[in-house]
Order: sequence, then structure tokens, then C-alpha cells
Amino acid sequence: QCPASKSMGGKGCGGEQIEESCRSLSLTGHVGFDSSPDQLVNKSINQGFCFNILCIGETGIGKSTLIDTLFNTHFDDRVANHFQPNVRLKAQTYDLHESNVRLKLTIVNTVGFGDQINKEDSYQPIVDYIDAQFEAYLQEELKIKRSLYSYHDTRIHVCLYFISPTGHSLKTLDLLTMKNLDSKVNIIPVIGKADTISKTELQKFKIKLMSELVSNGVQIYQFPTDDETISKINATMNGHLPFAVVGSLEEVKVGNKMVKARQYPWGIVQVENEHHCDFVKLREMLICTNMEDLREQTHTRHYELYRRCKLEEMGFRDTGPENKPVSVQETYEAKRHEFFGELQRKEEEMRQTFVQRVKEKEAILKEAERDLQAKFEHLKRLHQEERMKLEEKRKLLEDEMIVFSKRKAATELLQAQAFASTPTVSLKKDKDRKKDPGFRLEILCFDVKNQETDQEQREREKLERERFTHREFQK
Amino acid sequence: MEEQPLQAAQEGAPRDVVPGKVGCELFGYVGIEAVLDQMRIKTMKTGFEFNIMVVGQSGLGKSTMVNTLFKSKVSCKATTPRHEERIPKTVQLQSVTHVIEEKGVKMKLTVTDTPGFGDQINNENCWDPIIKYINEQYERYLREEILISRKQKIPDTRVHSCVYFVPPTGHWLRPLDLEFMRRLSKIVNVVPVIAKADTLTLEERAEFKQRIQRDLKAHGISIYPQEDFEEDPDERILNDKIRDKIPFAVVGADQEHQVNGKRILGRKTKWGIIEVENPSHCEFPMLRDLLIRSHLQDLKDITHNMHYESYRVRRLNESNRLALSPVNGLQEKDEMESNL
Repeated sequence: QCPASKSMGGKGCGGEQIEESCRSLSLTGHVGFDSSPDQLVNKSINQGFCFNILCIGETGIGKSTLIDTLFNTHFDDRVANHFQPNVRLKAQTYDLHESNVRLKLTIVNTVGFGDQINKEDSYQPIVDYIDAQFEAYLQEELKIKRSLYSYHDTRIHVCLYFISPTGHSLKTLDLLTMKNLDSKVNIIPVIGKADTISKTELQKFKIKLMSELVSNGVQIYQFPTDDETISKINATMNGHLPFAVVGSLEEVKVGNKMVKARQYPWGIVQVENEHHCDFVKLREMLICTNMEDLREQTHTRHYELYRRCKLEEMGFRDTGPENKPVSVQETYEAKRHEFFGELQRKEEEMRQTFVQRVKEKEAILKEAERDLQAKFEHLKRLHQEERMKLEEKRKLLEDEMIVFSKRKAATELLQAQAFASTPTVSLKKDKDRKKDPGFRLEILCFDVKNQETDQEQREREKLERERFTHREFQK
Repeated sequence: MEEQPLQAAQEGAPRDVVPGKVGCELFGYVGIEAVLDQMRIKTMKTGFEFNIMVVGQSGLGKSTMVNTLFKSKVSCKATTPRHEERIPKTVQLQSVTHVIEEKGVKMKLTVTDTPGFGDQINNENCWDPIIKYINEQYERYLREEILISRKQKIPDTRVHSCVYFVPPTGHWLRPLDLEFMRRLSKIVNVVPVIAKADTLTLEERAEFKQRIQRDLKAHGISIYPQEDFEEDPDERILNDKIRDKIPFAVVGADQEHQVNGKRILGRKTKWGIIEVENPSHCEFPMLRDLLIRSHLQDLKDITHNMHYESYRVRRLNESNRLALSPVNGLQEKDEMESNL
């Protein structure tokens, strides 16, 4: 019903400056909104600032000392050894106060960087850490109930990359790491322990380093030159990159002042002397001039890039200029259905596989069962056959025994008769007579002896005894 | 200074660890406070946006008030002969945007006027178009924010403050006033003012204010500055003083007159000149200070951190409920993406 507002000055080219297409009005008096920047600044003072520095460099290159010197305080005393199995990131947060500014400073150190024998994975933990901070912020931003204004921002605002003062060129590890980090964080390369390089060598070294970085397409942080107040100084500083730094908290007397310096037998390297090293430049650039810009770049460039990639990865798209949050919801629903369908399909597949396996197992078991059964049958048959054979043999034996006993009875009868008729039957005849049947008997006995059962043995013994008694009797 | 023991990250797995914050003493000057200047420079470069809405019946002096506030012809008055408007049948919202600059600070000012509000015979739901408008601005911002590739600086058209003009009856708040303020104080910063306060004497003013304050409290309407959003005790003291004086009794004027040899903004009447900027005559300076000089950033912050966030919560929950199906998806994906 109501026509919405008109003339909102148009969409922006980046929106950096106020659109001039709006009518400009001239004020006839003092209104007072020139205090707006102050109001904003005051609010920020109340809330406090966050600043997170990541230091990457080999063990012993002077990271902790430099940070201590930068912020003029002792942060951490512990020194790492060189025997770390992989690269770890150690983060510590400090509350710094200066006049009315509260700074929540987080220093992240890489422990064990460049110490391993195989350095292939050295940069991965660092990339993962930076991504994790972005992820945490993204999660917070995507929450329904969120509290961004009180969120402790842990995203890395600047990465100080320490280059070894070899005097030659960048190490492969350095190149590789920086190439992987340049789209995720603002990199400021510094040359650590720069008091080991002479002035002339330093100049050549710097030129070599910068040309190597440029030729390899590594995008280091450029100090911004769009604001007139600081563009000049930033431009000069850009030409001094990488900064050759020396760190020290020890004070040495030079002239009549105590200055921070490193004392050698051959001289004193003063940390804050611009002729000796670039420490002052680094401090100037990092803290005094560009801290806010570093924070802004992190948020508007690196974080947005991460966010964009992450959301696109998850499958969300801006569907044209009429994008509504609901369509994002639709995308989500579509994905969810798709995912669920996928899940169901996979479940079905698994179930099928399971059933298949069970079937196979069953078949195998059945097969085994059948084998066993066959074997059993076979053995049974064998057993039966054996038994039958034995039965037959026994039958034979029994038959023979019957025959024998019949013969025996017959013989006895004959003998009894013979005895009754002629008492002087010659033994010999008996013997002969006996012998014949006896012979035969004996033969029978021998035959039977081949497969002698107990019964047969008893029979034989009985026969022997009877023969013996017969002889006795005949005697 | 004692350090709290640090939790070292696990082997190979980097963890973002924020153990207890350790306070450190600085041995010397570091230069951290330079960040304030950096911030100041940056904000001056990008400029500010401020959106104000004026609501009230016609003839209460809304346009004049806006012109007086910003010391320029921001709005066209409805009584000029150019305008042929009759009272519109429904509430129509009109926004005008200007860029004003003062001492190097640029501000993009948008004034939204609501002619037709409360002018009908039947004024039921006359606040609906206004609520719709405010929500539309939130929606616009939300859509921009939710894009994959979004702009560096999202144009802010959300209404930062809504100035409600109460007619100077001297009695109580009318039902229309109560209804309107009740509904709108939930979604926007409402600053009620007593319009055309030159018809009330100082005692009448004080009584009227007290009655209004009681009414508001009785109905649970929280106008700006809201009590629930205060965290600082200092802030609370400051805001308590302001709450004592709300609603401000204002008089608007855009003509200058000679008073004691000086040119002053005021209304000339037969019985005297009402000086707009004189705190003993009316409370216009206080309103101006509140809106512009001291609480401008606060108004914007509360709009962004509180009102916009609650709109966002409502909106996202709404679209969640619309699209929820009875089937359950995987839990983690749910967590992450249902938040969109």
C-alpha cells in the first residue's frame, strides 16, 4: 500500500564514499554531528580492540623477542626445542592498556616450524588454524541468536613471516608457505636476526626477496596509499619491505642514554636506531599507522573470501538479484531431501549386501552339512558291509561246527560200538581210524583256526580233551 | 605479572586457544592509542548514515522540527502552497535523502515522513504501513547480509530513530499514542516529544510529562533510551537523567529574528519571541543533543545490535518453520544450515 522510500542514493560502487547523487544540503548553522566520529571512537574505547598476530618462522629466529620488543613487555619466557614432531600453533591472549585504550592482543606462534626432516606438511597446520578462526566467526554470524558485538574476534589480522638472514634468497619452504597463506591473511615479511647481514648485502637481499615474491605471485600486504594523510609514508615504507629487524629487551648504555640494544664485542646494535635496523619502521607501520586497516582488510577481504568459498562449497548460490532468505531455505531443504534420499539408498544397499552375505553363508553351511551326511552314509554302509561279511563268516563257522559235532557224535557212536565188540581193538586202528577222522578233525580244526572265535577255541579244547580221554579210555 | 598456564595445542591439531587473558604491563610507550586516530580517519572517509522517521498527526510541526534539527530545508512543509496534498486516505511514507557535511564529516541523512497518520476518522491499524516500512528496511539489510558475495559496505536504510509527536493536550496519552508507541518501541527506537509545546506553561508541561511517564510505565512501553540495553553504570546514570526529561517539550522554528542584537531562531508571537535554542524556553536543545550530538552512534548501535538482530531471529525462525518437514536429517548439517 505505501510506496517504499525512494532515492536511496543508488547501489554502490563498493560503497566507500557517500553517494554524491543525493542532494547536498548546506547547513545554516552548527548542527553538531561532526562529533559522530568521536562518538564512534568512544564506543570502541568502551568495547576495547582486538588484534591478533601470527608469527611464522623457524625455531630460534627471534619471533618471541621481536614481539616482546614491539609491545615493550615480556610475554612468554618459554623457549621451544627443535624436536617437535610436527608444527603446532600456540596462541596466547594478553590485555594491554595504554592511556585509555584497551587492546586484547593475541599472539599465535608456530612451534616447530621448519624443524622436521620432512617439511611437506609444515604449512598445513597454519592454514587449518587460520581457517578455523574464520570458521568460528562464520558460525557465529550464521547463528540465529548471535551476539557479534560482544564476540571475541580471533581471526588473524596480520602474519609476520620471518625470513632467515641467509643473504641469498627465499627458502622453498618459505615460498610454499607464503603462497598458501597470501589469500587468507595479510602477510608482512620480515628478515629476522638482521644483525648478521651487512648493509650492502642487506640491500641486495631485500631486492632479491621482493623479486622472488613478485615472480612467484605471492601477494604480501601493501600499506594502503589511498588516504592522503598516510599515503606518503606508507608508500615509502612499501619500498622498504621486507623489514630487517632485530629484537632485544636488554638495555645498554650508549652515550648517556639507556637504549634497547644487543651488545657484541665489536659494537652495539641499537634496536631503535633506524640506521641499524628497520624495527622502528615495523612498529610504526604495524601499530601506529595501519592497525585499523589490517583489521579492516581481514574482515572485508580475507574473511569475505573465505565466507564466499565456504558457502558456495555448501551449495548455496545467490539466485539473481531477487534473492530472498527463503530461497536459501529452499536450497537447504532440497539438499536435505537429497541427502536423506542418499542415506536411504545407502541403507538399502547395505541391507541388500547383508542379506546376500547371509544367503551365501547359509549355502556354504548347507553344503558342509550335505558333505557330512554323505560321509556318514558312506561310513554306515561300510560298517554294514563289514557286519554282513562277519555274519556270513560266522554262519559258515556255525555250519561247520554243526557238521563237526554231528560227525563227532557219529564217531563216538561208532567207537562205542567198536569197543563193545572187540576190546582188543588195536590202538593203532583206533588211532588210524581216529586218525582219519582225527586227521580230518585236525584239518578242520586247522581250518577253523584261521578265524578262531572264542567259541571255536572252546570247541577245539573240548575236542582235545575228548580225544585225550578217548585214548585213556582205550588204554 | 602472572601468566595463566597455557593449554598447548594437541599434537598436529592446531586449536584456537584463548586461555585466561593475561594483563601485561608495558614498559614504555608503544603507540597503541594511535589506532583511535586511524579509526577516526577511516570513519570520516566513509561517512555516516542516519535515518530518522517522524510520526504524528498533521499540523504538529514535524517538518519544521526536522528543518530546525538539521538547520536546513530538509523537508518540505505541507502547508506551502506548492503542495496540493489533501489528507491522504492512508498513511503514506515519504523519504527524502540528503547529504550534509560539517567539518569534514559527511552524513547521509534520510528523513521519512508519515503524512496521514492519525488523520482519518477511523485510525485503526494506521500504524501498519509504518511497521511494514520499518520491517522492509530490515529485510533489505538482511538480504544483503545473507548474500554469498556481499558488498563491502551494506547500505543502511534501517530507521535509527522514530520521533513521535504527541499533541499538547496537557492531559494524558491518547489511545492512539499508546497503541502506536507500544507496537513500535519493540522494533525501533521511539523518542516521544511533546509538539508545539509553546501552548503549555511550565507547570502544565511538568505535569503532562509526569503523566506521560506514568502511562508509559504502566503499559510497559520502553522508549529510547531503553533500560534493558544498558551495560555501563555510567551510561545508566546518564540515561536516567535523560529518562527523567522524556518526553521533551519542543518548539520548532525556522525563521530567525533579532533578539538582543543577535539573530536567533524562534517563533515570534504577539506576546514574545520563543527562542528555540534557549533551554529555559523549550527543550529543543536537549532533543538535538540526544539525537545528534551524543547519542547518534548509540541509536545506530541499538538499532543494529538489538532491533535488527531480533528481527533477524524472527525472520529466520519463520522461514525455518515454514520449510520444516517431518523427516529428520543428519544432526550436524541441521545445526549449521538450519541457521540460515
